[in-house]
Amino acid sequence: MPRQDPPDAPLLSIRDLRIEGKAQDAWLPIVKGVDLTVKRGEVFGLIGESGAGKSTIGLAAMGFVRDGCRFAGGSVKFDGIELIGAPRKLRRGLRSSRIAYVAQSAAASFNPAFRLIDQHVEFPVLRRLMTRTEAEADAVELYRKLQLPNPDEIGFRYPHQVSGGQLQRAMTAMAMACRPDLIIFDEPTTALDVTTQIEVLSAIRDAVQSLGTAAIYVSHDLAVVAQMADRVMVLRNGETIEEAPTRTMLSSPRQDYTKSLWAVRSFKAPPRQDAAPASTLMKIEKVDAAYGEHKVLSGISFDLPKGRTVAVVGESGSGKSTLARVIMGLLPARGGRVELAGKTLPPGYRERSKAELRQVQMVYQMADTALNPRQRVREIVGRPIRFYLGLTGKALEARTRQLLNDIELDPAVYLDRLPSELSGGQKQRVGIARALAADPQLVICDEVTSSLDQLVAESMLKLLVRLQRERDLTYMFITHDIATVRAIADEVVVMKEGVVVESGPKDEIFRPPHHPYTELLLSSVPEMDPDWLSRLTARNENTTV
Amino acid sequence: MASLIRTVKGMPPTALFGAAVIAIYVLVAVFAPLLAPYSEREVVGDQYLQWSAQHWLGTDNLGRDMLTRLIFGARNTLAIAFFATALAFVIGTVTGLLAATLGGVVDQVLSRVVDIIMAVPGLIFILLLLTIFGTGIVTLIAVIAVLDSTRVFRLARAVAFGIVAMDYVEAARVRGEGLLWIMRREILPNAAAPLVAEFGMRFCFVFLTIAALSFLGLGIQPPLADWGSMVRENATLITFGDITPLLPAAAIALLTVAVNFVVDWILHKVSGMKD
Amino acid sequence: MTGIARLVLQRLGLGLVTLLIVSVLIFWSVELLPGDAAQEILGQSATPETVAALRHQLNLDQPPMTRYTHWLQAMAHGDFGTSIANGLPVSKLISERLGNTLFLAAFAGIIAVPLALMLGILAALLRNSLFDRAASIFTLTAISFPEFFVAYILILFLSVKLGLFPSISNITPSTDFAERIYRSFLPALALTLAITAHIMRMTRAALINLFSLPYIEMARLKGASQGRVVMVHALRNALAPIVNVVVLNLAYLVTGVVIVEVVFVYPGFGRLLVDSVSKRDVPVVQAICLIISMTYILLNLFADIVSIVSNPRLMHAK
Repeated sequence: MPRQDPPDAPLLSIRDLRIEGKAQDAWLPIVKGVDLTVKRGEVFGLIGESGAGKSTIGLAAMGFVRDGCRFAGGSVKFDGIELIGAPRKLRRGLRSSRIAYVAQSAAASFNPAFRLIDQHVEFPVLRRLMTRTEAEADAVELYRKLQLPNPDEIGFRYPHQVSGGQLQRAMTAMAMACRPDLIIFDEPTTALDVTTQIEVLSAIRDAVQSLGTAAIYVSHDLAVVAQMADRVMVLRNGETIEEAPTRTMLSSPRQDYTKSLWAVRSFKAPPRQDAAPASTLMKIEKVDAAYGEHKVLSGISFDLPKGRTVAVVGESGSGKSTLARVIMGLLPARGGRVELAGKTLPPGYRERSKAELRQVQMVYQMADTALNPRQRVREIVGRPIRFYLGLTGKALEARTRQLLNDIELDPAVYLDRLPSELSGGQKQRVGIARALAADPQLVICDEVTSSLDQLVAESMLKLLVRLQRERDLTYMFITHDIATVRAIADEVVVMKEGVVVESGPKDEIFRPPHHPYTELLLSSVPEMDPDWLSRLTARNENTTV
Repeated sequence: MASLIRTVKGMPPTALFGAAVIAIYVLVAVFAPLLAPYSEREVVGDQYLQWSAQHWLGTDNLGRDMLTRLIFGARNTLAIAFFATALAFVIGTVTGLLAATLGGVVDQVLSRVVDIIMAVPGLIFILLLLTIFGTGIVTLIAVIAVLDSTRVFRLARAVAFGIVAMDYVEAARVRGEGLLWIMRREILPNAAAPLVAEFGMRFCFVFLTIAALSFLGLGIQPPLADWGSMVRENATLITFGDITPLLPAAAIALLTVAVNFVVDWILHKVSGMKD
Repeated sequence: MTGIARLVLQRLGLGLVTLLIVSVLIFWSVELLPGDAAQEILGQSATPETVAALRHQLNLDQPPMTRYTHWLQAMAHGDFGTSIANGLPVSKLISERLGNTLFLAAFAGIIAVPLALMLGILAALLRNSLFDRAASIFTLTAISFPEFFVAYILILFLSVKLGLFPSISNITPSTDFAERIYRSFLPALALTLAITAHIMRMTRAALINLFSLPYIEMARLKGASQGRVVMVHALRNALAPIVNVVVLNLAYLVTGVVIVEVVFVYPGFGRLLVDSVSKRDVPVVQAICLIISMTYILLNLFADIVSIVSNPRLMHAK
């Protein structure tokens, strides 16, 4: 491959890039004329919400479009070589050797049938850059660089034998196998827990720095990008909003949209009028639960005060969603009891009366699976009204419309829509309306904002807070997101591996001294400060040494 | 009506062809007595007459009009295959949905029974049961329906399992909805598309099985006209280079191809796949 | 490794239990008849003597459990009872025909399996190409045709019109190997066409199913050619479903052979089965059903074990 570069020529230069995607026999624009330049050794951050086209641009930098998409114009020049319209063989030849890719889900992106090291050495050997033995030795070296445990041995495992955070680092190592000039990181830490995310972020950053590789870092999380990138570009709906060096962007964003992305983190539920201590609505006492032999909850106890929000925080595997299932009666508790308004609830939902069932309603994480795709909004929201309150005809219609108004959806427009005709945020609102339709006391919100974009998530939180104040609702808010907890919780319960680590009023939990796990959890949340990660890793090194 | 036209317009040529063929077959089957020049069992001339103006397709091994037999064959063969498939579907869908919704012991028992039945090739089971009960249309339909319902059961169960895992079904459960309501309102509407496609495929399978049995002389019995038996009864003609006995076989093949084309199209529409 | 061994043993045990239950079903099916089974089978016109003889032959005068254990023991020793129709030992009727049928099935399988796998992989490689589309329409048509239709078309063209092959497969124990191949060529071809289409379609589907998975996209993004993506990255993971498809179709051969044997008057046990069904010769039908079921269960067991062994999650536990 001839290198035709004047010393400071850009490594990657994208001009007026246009990409279209096929939707129902029509080509719709996904990327609408984006310009982008990456210099050698530079880390370039691409940020935006879902549908912004950031991943599509990341892939386009490799001369790749997914099935159902096509290049509609513009130019992608890598080291002076035009990739759009280039012969397939040329584009393939650049991959691995000079441009490499790190996918969002390493667990799904490693081939389950081969050991990590087999996949690592595939291209260095195929391209005759190294012999198999050299490549394996180099793999171990890279595993060490990425701070993987047992670097000599870990490569000889199959993907399913390695944890998610380690796989993500192994995939970064694999991307570096041929010492490419450019690596595309496509949301590499999005699927990870916050405490794991830190380890992966710092491993990736150190490795990229020490090899001097240029990178494009794609993410929806501004705080994460701030740690990694030298320059940042904000995208929305396939268009560039603004581009600036990271520090400039953080300190003085120019565009309103960029500013609004910051604003989300500052949302706080307005203070309450009545500071009087609330009565207890639900009492959870020494609850144990298990899936078969596998124990998932042990000795869970806490109270839910009426009209308040209790946030249950924990990482994946902490048992927080299982707790919701126990309260709903979907997974009958093995021991302990759940008391609602002074009366013990039967453990299984089948044994509960209609009145008891009505009191506790749930809003689900995935709006897509929470609503029956074959039912219209009218039926989804109307059914609980009819079922619990016995309303029919005009009264039912009026009540349904009222509920839609309450969740800020115009009944005239949305009453007869199918879920597939709603946006993600609108689906989630309908989910809330369905829960409210039962006129419940307690609403369990299971990660209701985690699959939503930040702006939509914020409006969802506002809505929930408003409804709570109007109806004196009690919320049990299950989340992994500390920012959400800060925004709306009254009380906080921190869970880890099926037990409650710490619980109490929000101000107490967030005020030091913390329980060590709470401390770890809080410190792991990325901050909107480019030096946060360096500071944190420096501090951790000090404490461990 | 407008939506029907839109659907037809959106069909690829193969599916359009398939739908047209199916429509023609159904018409022929329904109006057989009006369309056929003679009656089903009437001996109209000598054996094995050549094609002529009186007998467009000649006569068969007993001197009956071939065209007439072919037309009535559509009626008998289609009706029996359709009833057997429909019966298999009712049995399979109901048990499959029950297994998925109730889970536990019901699912275990039903699934193990189906496993056992499916551990033996279908045709073998059919032949064994026909040996014992003797051949006859009712036996035929019942035996095929029961055996074939196992496949419908597997599909209905698998599809319903996917749906049962959805949060909206969970929501209906903890709302306190009854089993029937959940099956009818939450599960069935979402399982309909794959089940319709499966109906087409099962129909083809049943249709071919019955044709094969009749060809072996173990299915639909004379003097009823039926395509499989017509091939067997007149097969000797083929060794003289006469293609007439192949016409009923071709009629079978054409219908199965047609149904498969339509099923393929439905499946692609359901899965949203482009290829 | 012990986990794997246990899983495999479990499957073997399950296969054995299935076989036992199937044998009970085959044996007990006679009991489904209302009233006197012997009378039912022989019809109203039968003389009391013949009914009594049949009853004795089927051991209907003994309690069912004793009869079953006797029957199973006899089966295990290769004694399949005597035919009602002609009084010959069933084992004698079956033995030479079984060889003929296995020969025919093997003949078809040896041609069809490699051919279909190659074509299926090729269709997946060249997805949406002209070849793929043509293959798709061809295979869809082939699986829609009744076997006897295909068989007669072959007779019409290759035998009657061109005179290349005999339309009747006249095979005796003294026929030598080359002659056997020649005489059974048409039936083998008819079977080959049927299962090639099935295996090819399902192989292609098994591979294409994987194409949308992230690790296949990753292979592309690492710069793998289409050939490498399919042959290295996809094929290894499609192994279990493909083996399943092949086994399913081999098992199908055993039943598909029945019709083809009738068309070509091939002296295999498929034809014996059909004759015996129409004569309601229960012992013969039971014996053949048991043999075919056993083959079928064994083949499926094999596919199960292959899919366990080829699954890295099971092979290399955490």
